[in-house]
Amino acid sequence: MAETQELVAFDEAMAKYDPVLGFEVHVELNTKTKMFSAAPNAFGDVPNTNVSPVDLGLPGTLPVVNKSAVEYSIMIGLALNCKIAESCFFARKNYFYPDTPKNFQTSQYEDPICYDGYLDIELEDGEVFRVEIERAHMEEDAGKLTHLGGATGRIQGAEYSLVDYNRAGVPLVEIVTKPIVGAGSRAPELARAYVAAVREIVKNLGVSDARMERGNVRCDANVSLMPKGATQFGIRSETKNVNSLRAVERAVRFEIERHAAVLESGQKVVQETRHWHEDTRSTTSGRPKSDADDYRYFPEPDLVPVVTTEAWVEELRSRLPEPPAERRKRLKADWGYSDAEFRDVVNAGVMDSIEETIAAGASAAVARKWWMGEISRRAKEAEVEPSELGVSPQTVVELDRLVQAGKINDKLARQVLDGVLAGEGSPEEVVDKRGLAVVSDDSALLDAIDAALAAQPDVAEKIRGGKVQAAGAIVGGVMKATRGQADAGRVRELIFERLGVQA
Amino acid sequence: MSELITHSAAKLAELLAASEVSSTEVTQAHLDRIAAVDGDVNAFLHVNTDEALAVAADVDKARAAGEELHALAGVPIAIKDLIVTVGQPTTAGSKMLEGWMSPYDATVIKKIRAARMPMLGKTNLDEFAMGSSTEHSAFGPTRNPWDLERIPGGSGGGSAAAVSAFEAPLALGTDTGGSIRQPAAVTGSVGVKPTYGGVSRYGAIAMASSLDQIGPVTRTVLDAALLHEVIGGHDPADSTSLTDPVGALVEAARSGDVHGMRIGVIKELQGEGYSAGVQARFDEALELLRGAGANVVEVSCPNFKYALGAYYLVMPSEASSNLAKYDGVRYGHRALPEDGSMTIERVMGATRAAGFGDEVKRRIILGTYALSAGYYDAYYGSAQKVRTLVQRDFAAAFETADVLISPTAPTTAFKLGEKLDDPMAMYLNDVATIPANLAGVPGISVPGGLADGLPVGIQFLAPAREDARLYRAGAGLENLLEATWGGPLLAQAPALGGVK
Amino acid sequence: MSEINRAAVAHLARLAHIEMTAEELDKMAGELDVIVDSIKSVQEVARPDVPATSHPIPLTNVFREDVVGETLSQELALANAPDAADGRFKVPAILDEE
Ligand SMILES: [Mg+2]
Ligand SMILES: [Zn+2]
Repeated sequence: MAETQELVAFDEAMAKYDPVLGFEVHVELNTKTKMFSAAPNAFGDVPNTNVSPVDLGLPGTLPVVNKSAVEYSIMIGLALNCKIAESCFFARKNYFYPDTPKNFQTSQYEDPICYDGYLDIELEDGEVFRVEIERAHMEEDAGKLTHLGGATGRIQGAEYSLVDYNRAGVPLVEIVTKPIVGAGSRAPELARAYVAAVREIVKNLGVSDARMERGNVRCDANVSLMPKGATQFGIRSETKNVNSLRAVERAVRFEIERHAAVLESGQKVVQETRHWHEDTRSTTSGRPKSDADDYRYFPEPDLVPVVTTEAWVEELRSRLPEPPAERRKRLKADWGYSDAEFRDVVNAGVMDSIEETIAAGASAAVARKWWMGEISRRAKEAEVEPSELGVSPQTVVELDRLVQAGKINDKLARQVLDGVLAGEGSPEEVVDKRGLAVVSDDSALLDAIDAALAAQPDVAEKIRGGKVQAAGAIVGGVMKATRGQADAGRVRELIFERLGVQA
Repeated sequence: MSELITHSAAKLAELLAASEVSSTEVTQAHLDRIAAVDGDVNAFLHVNTDEALAVAADVDKARAAGEELHALAGVPIAIKDLIVTVGQPTTAGSKMLEGWMSPYDATVIKKIRAARMPMLGKTNLDEFAMGSSTEHSAFGPTRNPWDLERIPGGSGGGSAAAVSAFEAPLALGTDTGGSIRQPAAVTGSVGVKPTYGGVSRYGAIAMASSLDQIGPVTRTVLDAALLHEVIGGHDPADSTSLTDPVGALVEAARSGDVHGMRIGVIKELQGEGYSAGVQARFDEALELLRGAGANVVEVSCPNFKYALGAYYLVMPSEASSNLAKYDGVRYGHRALPEDGSMTIERVMGATRAAGFGDEVKRRIILGTYALSAGYYDAYYGSAQKVRTLVQRDFAAAFETADVLISPTAPTTAFKLGEKLDDPMAMYLNDVATIPANLAGVPGISVPGGLADGLPVGIQFLAPAREDARLYRAGAGLENLLEATWGGPLLAQAPALGGVK
Repeated sequence: MSEINRAAVAHLARLAHIEMTAEELDKMAGELDVIVDSIKSVQEVARPDVPATSHPIPLTNVFREDVVGETLSQELALANAPDAADGRFKVPAILDEE
């Protein structure tokens, strides 16, 4: 869209205005079946095959609530420090759209299942910002539209659209924040960190696959500006479906710059939905708010209220894993990593693997060495996550044990890893099968050392003269001769012994 | 014409069990009757000849092989065309669904199939069950077998007419505000609206979800009980389905003992607005019941006067949402705007303009209004409060009475076209049946005799989950009346090609 | 009276996605006005202390276990579609995104 937009530089905007943010994050739950039907909750299969009569909104069909979806929703609420409603009900949100099979979305309106929560968001420099959660409610996803016949594959200019209802009815939890005031120039960063935190929480709970690129977590970002020091919020825009963490940050930043320009030119911001475009890193105008946005909510007569007991909620609370932020704090302290080391571990996505490896018997240092070193390197080559490479914590522990025992050296260990990944068995088995054990027989080594010294008499002379660092060349020769199966440390000792040098 | 079509379902079941007749004979007799009279009556939108005969033949074979069969196995039945069926079209009486074939069976249809009852076909109705005369069907009105110039009631006029014209011994109806009971009343048949949740709604095309119930339409109270026991019971596919057992309905119908039963006459549902003939038959019924040892008392339900208003807010509100799905995208009719515009908005708008009839549009617009911003509290919200008040009236009345009694409808069958242009006059037909739907309680209409040669219905109402009381009271009154008539009321129906 | 005029009905018809001619709007406005007038008496008794009833028989917590059940085949899913292509339902152009 070639709509040109006036912008005010971010710093300039921040000098005059305070941003107010608000987020609606939709989380797709990873239940086995849909919110209201027993069709599989699996998107991406052959179109219109994961549908039951209910998902197509066929005449006469009725919804039945998925118990797991309710429990997952409560767990999300608990993880967001929400109160859980003692009684809540579903409501119909009425609007016509071809991806919505009944032309209403079954959602919640008054009395959401979770309300009044908060999340403490830690920014990169350690500053903690509390985001208050207004509500988290249950609802169903819509089908998937594909726009065709136009030039761009976008909705504008398309001649027709195709609808796949496989996604229709997938359980969603919509998490809505209260207005976030006071973030100032850190608003874009906070936006990103908030969405990242929500994503991490639902992933950690195991209730969502939480893959933003697949739409498991989708963010609508509300932005408005008010003159510095004011208390009355400005008119907001709602940028829809900002589908990566980077995009969330950029979209908020862009909208702040755009709003500032509108306000600076003396105009009013239009209350509307906007669409984020990753290619141009800008938003374009969507639909203005109108009287057609009358959703005529009313209690869903086909579903009965959900009543939660304290016992049920407490049982679900007992299933909650440790919150990610607390867990990170604890692990960093336990492992004794530096700030930089720990950040690298987190960014490399190997924190869980390291934890498991330590649990399996490795030291924190060894676990980090392997996961941040050889395994990460190979994962990068294979273009997969380190945890997906197929190296088990037991493999790392065993490799380390073999090195410690002097059976193999680091270089051999890499070959052993090759064998393990090639499916040749455990490290021990690979060592046996490939005959990779270091040569520990001194007499065999001495033959090789003598040969190497004879081949490089000038080096031997330097060592005798006290230049101990020259020994590396002889060690190299020996390693070459033994095809790496010698223990380099032992070779070094033997060289000095042979030459009568005190190392 | 075969005598077989005059038998009750209970009698047919006996004859079948004794192998005195075959299901094929019974089914064929009814198909012949349909062929003979339905051109006049127009009770059926679809006749399911081949499948009905195949099921009948199957039952006969099974019986010959000594298989254990359901009591009603081989007894044919007609299905209101609001209930979805595999293998037969389902239209809901609307152009919108003309030609639509459901890929799934309603739960009640699964039960009918499990009982191995041949389905004769699908019966006519007001479009999406919206009406009290079956004149709002997109496929022409059904006519009352007692007088072909008159309406058979609605919305389930097709099922009631089929039963009273001896085209089917049994039929299924749906009742949102009286659509089973009022047609039963004006055609001299029996109709039951079970307790809300007593029969699964899965596969009944929704008009108003919190009011709709499927129920039996028959010629005798016992037949209704037999059918009710087939279709009733818990269904996990309907979240509002009760887990209670269906109850000993047949036993209650066989008893018919009203001695000592406390029968509450609802003060507000008689007198003004009820025709003299209806009132006379009602008063006679009370006299008979008293004579049989029933304890007839008067009860007052002061909030019932708001029930009609509450109903015409709740029903259209829910209907406006339930009918949103008919948009020409996934199934059903699609119309294109005359100006050739091809945006989805316009195509949906044109589809719904062309696919829905006037009454459906009226209710959708009314419901949209009642739910819309700024009006919700005043209309929908107020109506929901009236539901509470109506429930309280019932609760108070049931403290002093085991069942309540009233005329089913304020008048006998009116002439076709008489109220078509006056929606409010049409709506008033449901004034006595609506309170039961608002409160979820069960009701039955039994024939109460004739006024000016046209049937009058008497309604009993019972507390929620106490459907058995309806069958006891209904059968009691039926016995008393038939003794005075010397046989069933429908035996007095005009010939229609000669039943008698 | 007359709170329901042609403009009001036009708005409702838009919300309900039913195209109506001017004559239909006028006729509907007249009918609705009569109907609403005769049913708005519900407001007389709908006092604040009266709770609302949305479900006639109160039930709670009716759930389904999270177990996969039957689905339709694509062929059956599309069998009644007014228009379809590539295993999907085909609809005319959508002007604006929700
Ligand atoms: Mg939202
Ligand atoms: Zn949502």
